[in-house]
Amino acid sequence: MSGLDIFLDAFFNQKVIDKYLPDILWGMVVTVQAALAVVVTGILAGLLLAAVRSFHIRPLNWLIVGFVDIFRALPPLVIILIVYFGLPNVGISLPSFAVLWLVLSLVLAAFAEEIFWAGIASIRKGQWEAARSTGLTLAQTLAYIILPQAVRLTVPPLTNRTIAITKNTALGAVIGVPEILMQAQTAQSFSGNATPLLLGSLAYIALFVPVVILGRWLETRFAWDRA
Amino acid sequence: MDLLLDQFFNLEIMRQVLPLLLRGLGMTLLLCLAVIPLGLVGGLMIALVCRSRHRPVRWAAFALVDFFRAVPPLVLLIFIYAGLPFIGLRPSPFLAVCLAFFLNTGAYYGEIYRAGIDSIGKGQWEAARSTGLSAPQTLAHVVIPQAVRNVLPDLVSNTVEVVKLTSIASVVALPELLYAADMARSVTYNPSSLVLAAAIYLALLWPCVRLLSRLEHRAGR
Repeated sequence: MSGLDIFLDAFFNQKVIDKYLPDILWGMVVTVQAALAVVVTGILAGLLLAAVRSFHIRPLNWLIVGFVDIFRALPPLVIILIVYFGLPNVGISLPSFAVLWLVLSLVLAAFAEEIFWAGIASIRKGQWEAARSTGLTLAQTLAYIILPQAVRLTVPPLTNRTIAITKNTALGAVIGVPEILMQAQTAQSFSGNATPLLLGSLAYIALFVPVVILGRWLETRFAWDRA
Repeated sequence: MDLLLDQFFNLEIMRQVLPLLLRGLGMTLLLCLAVIPLGLVGGLMIALVCRSRHRPVRWAAFALVDFFRAVPPLVLLIFIYAGLPFIGLRPSPFLAVCLAFFLNTGAYYGEIYRAGIDSIGKGQWEAARSTGLSAPQTLAHVVIPQAVRNVLPDLVSNTVEVVKLTSIASVVALPELLYAADMARSVTYNPSSLVLAAAIYLALLWPCVRLLSRLEHRAGR
């Protein structure tokens, strides 16, 4: 076989594509499910933590800052392994999909809290005072005056962080979540051919290139003026 | 409670596996020493190509950046490590990790540099050129130093991500910190070694995260 034939046979093998494409597509469904679940719970939890933090209750804020620092500093794969291999030893057994969802949600919550909090902190004090003086309660001020302004500022950094963390669903392959990478690796070892790995990469590109381009657009649209 | 301590904070096991983990830490640091400069240099190259005068070159650079930002780094790594042998190339785990990081983190660093260079006003270019500096001199002595200062928090933040990301090298059996800890876990049947590894990562990165938090809040105010 010539060099080109070897290359085509290894990465564009039609027989392998026919046989394993359904598995990869199924992996895409699992990846999308995991990604959506992580985005929803992670961002909501982050927003909730940032809102709680703006009430300035000392002991609570220490807890929140501690949580955020730890989950920002640790590699997600380390946390996934601790939860996945550790919990069964103390009698709690979670399916691998739940472990992936839980850990990535916590990581996203930590980053989202930090971004939302930076947004809230950037709103001038006068906004709080003016709102309170019109008779709004603290919670109402936060919900109707501060958060709508703060969230606008957070769109670009939050989008980029969210994309980066949802891509970490690929780490699920290490603990056996049947997402794209897991399906591709399994198919690769059964078929003895690299085509499934290429299919898997293409599946990620199909899912994430539109999101990356959307993020780029949002970045120019809601440009965060740091000055 | 005793069960929890025994399973996650077993000091006896931690003491036993510490030397193994420290050796792993050495490999992690070596890896960082290789991939952070690779990413910084690759990113700068990408950022400069993104500003090319020729439209097709510019578009190709943007497409490449978006491509590598869309593929999860672990997928890229597996593709390089497990896929390339099929066409006769057998990169060692270390080389495979370096290549994957160059492509992935280079794209991210590139985006940051690009934002930094864009933040420098046209007047700076014109003023520098009018003093007789050539275009490359202007870039090297006037634009890039200011650009880097403007995006320093983002560069630090991305570098923290790169250090964290080296943990995926454990998947291709490169004996770095997480790999050592997971080996220890499978031998001792106790996840304390993973908790110890987490503590080491925390000791390494927590100061950076604190610093970043400070920088971000100063910028936000």
